Amino acid sequence: MTLKLTCPNCGPRYTTEFWFGGEPVPRATPAAPGVDALRADFERVWLRTNVAGVQSERWFHHAGCRRWLVTERDTRTNVFHGHG
Amino acid sequence: MPGLLSRDVHLPERTLASHYDVIVIGGGGHGLATAYYLAKDHGVRNVAVLERSYIGSGGTGRNTTVLRANYKTPETIKFYKASFDLYRTLSAELDYHTLRSERGLLWMAHSEAQANSQRERALQNQVYDVDTVYLNAAEVHEVCPQLDMSCGGRRPIWGAAYHLPGGIIRHDAVVWGYATAASRLGVQVHQGVPVTGMVMEKGRCTGVRTPSGVISAGAVVSAVGGYVTQITDMVGLKIPIITHPLQAFVTQSYQPVLDRVVASADLHIYVSQSARGEMLVGAEIDPYTSYSTRSTFTFAASTAARAIDLFPFMAKLRLLRQWTGICDMTPDYSPLLGPTPIDGFYLSTGWGTWGFKAIPIGGKAMAELVATKRVPEIIAPLGLDRFALDRCVSERASAGTH
Repeated sequence: MTLKLTCPNCGPRYTTEFWFGGEPVPRATPAAPGVDALRADFERVWLRTNVAGVQSERWFHHAGCRRWLVTERDTRTNVFHGHG
Repeated sequence: MPGLLSRDVHLPERTLASHYDVIVIGGGGHGLATAYYLAKDHGVRNVAVLERSYIGSGGTGRNTTVLRANYKTPETIKFYKASFDLYRTLSAELDYHTLRSERGLLWMAHSEAQANSQRERALQNQVYDVDTVYLNAAEVHEVCPQLDMSCGGRRPIWGAAYHLPGGIIRHDAVVWGYATAASRLGVQVHQGVPVTGMVMEKGRCTGVRTPSGVISAGAVVSAVGGYVTQITDMVGLKIPIITHPLQAFVTQSYQPVLDRVVASADLHIYVSQSARGEMLVGAEIDPYTSYSTRSTFTFAASTAARAIDLFPFMAKLRLLRQWTGICDMTPDYSPLLGPTPIDGFYLSTGWGTWGFKAIPIGGKAMAELVATKRVPEIIAPLGLDRFALDRCVSERASAGTH
């Protein structure tokens, strides 16, 4: 089995055409005074939900439209639930 | 000596007690080794290992059995060397034949930059008394004449870091050896017992919930692999782990031709031949996070093509079996083990694609930590606090062919 993902621009394609972007991450903001900046960076950059279930995630269609999409996938079965 | 020939691998059936001094969650190599060394080194024998499936059903039974110590940071070279040295005498220690075989491991370079990097690896290893030397292309051909030195004409081999004692072992025997030896010392190994929740009292972890009821414990150790964040979620602890699949395959049995282990970071694969004659090919993790252990055709096709670049004779072989394990990946490709901010709860995780070779030292260090409440020096750099302190132990170039 090879995973297939439906790109909103290009239609159904194998995931080998995409780069996996992981769970969406909030943009970096300057640390507020009194906040441990290293700790805040650690939490933003490295902590994920790592859910065994439906996960919201980003993919980049590098071999197609070269646009990012956000979709949902069940990480237990690799079944995609959404479109970008 | 019992072992594979006598098949004397049964574990005594015991009923679950309502309290243990230590509960270890996860009956893989690290969990069983932790229990074994708790009993053997520290006399802590009222220990239960709870495994939700059968022992060795996770990463320990799915990895590609390579033993080596050729890492690149001072912290981890010392760590994996200590593990390698324990593996050398493991059959005698456990009274269980583990079929360990030293093969000589080639870590290949296909470019000038890679060659410099592998020279550096050899020198760093030598500083810590790990037997690795740099070989030029002619010398690589001499120690492994089966290699196509042009790599299909696409990636000529420049040289390699040659790790002389690197080799393979029988992974199931490591699991069964630790389980039976721990059982003889009084440890209870319970298979088919999932942990469904944790018992917390005033911020302290005091036991676990199972379908058979609550079991209290003086200390709880999570030695869970790919599913670790489900356990840490139960105690409200966030850890920097994401779960990626890792695939491998073996071919049909072939006459014994390859007595080395060959790894190539450029090709993202490594190849060895098992005692049964199967050519075993492993690779890097799949690019997306997942808990699924279904294998993919993409992996088989692309990995086989690269294996044939290295060893043209493999084109004649048929793929016999392909499988997938799930890996607890840390940001820096080094393990994550030690105490946690939660009293009574210890973590041995982040074993990613590099955990099997670390089973003896991981178990020994965790046992010392739990028994003495002091962090052993050898795992001090590998704690949970390192990420927020910006003290990562970056080992991506050594932990696998990434």
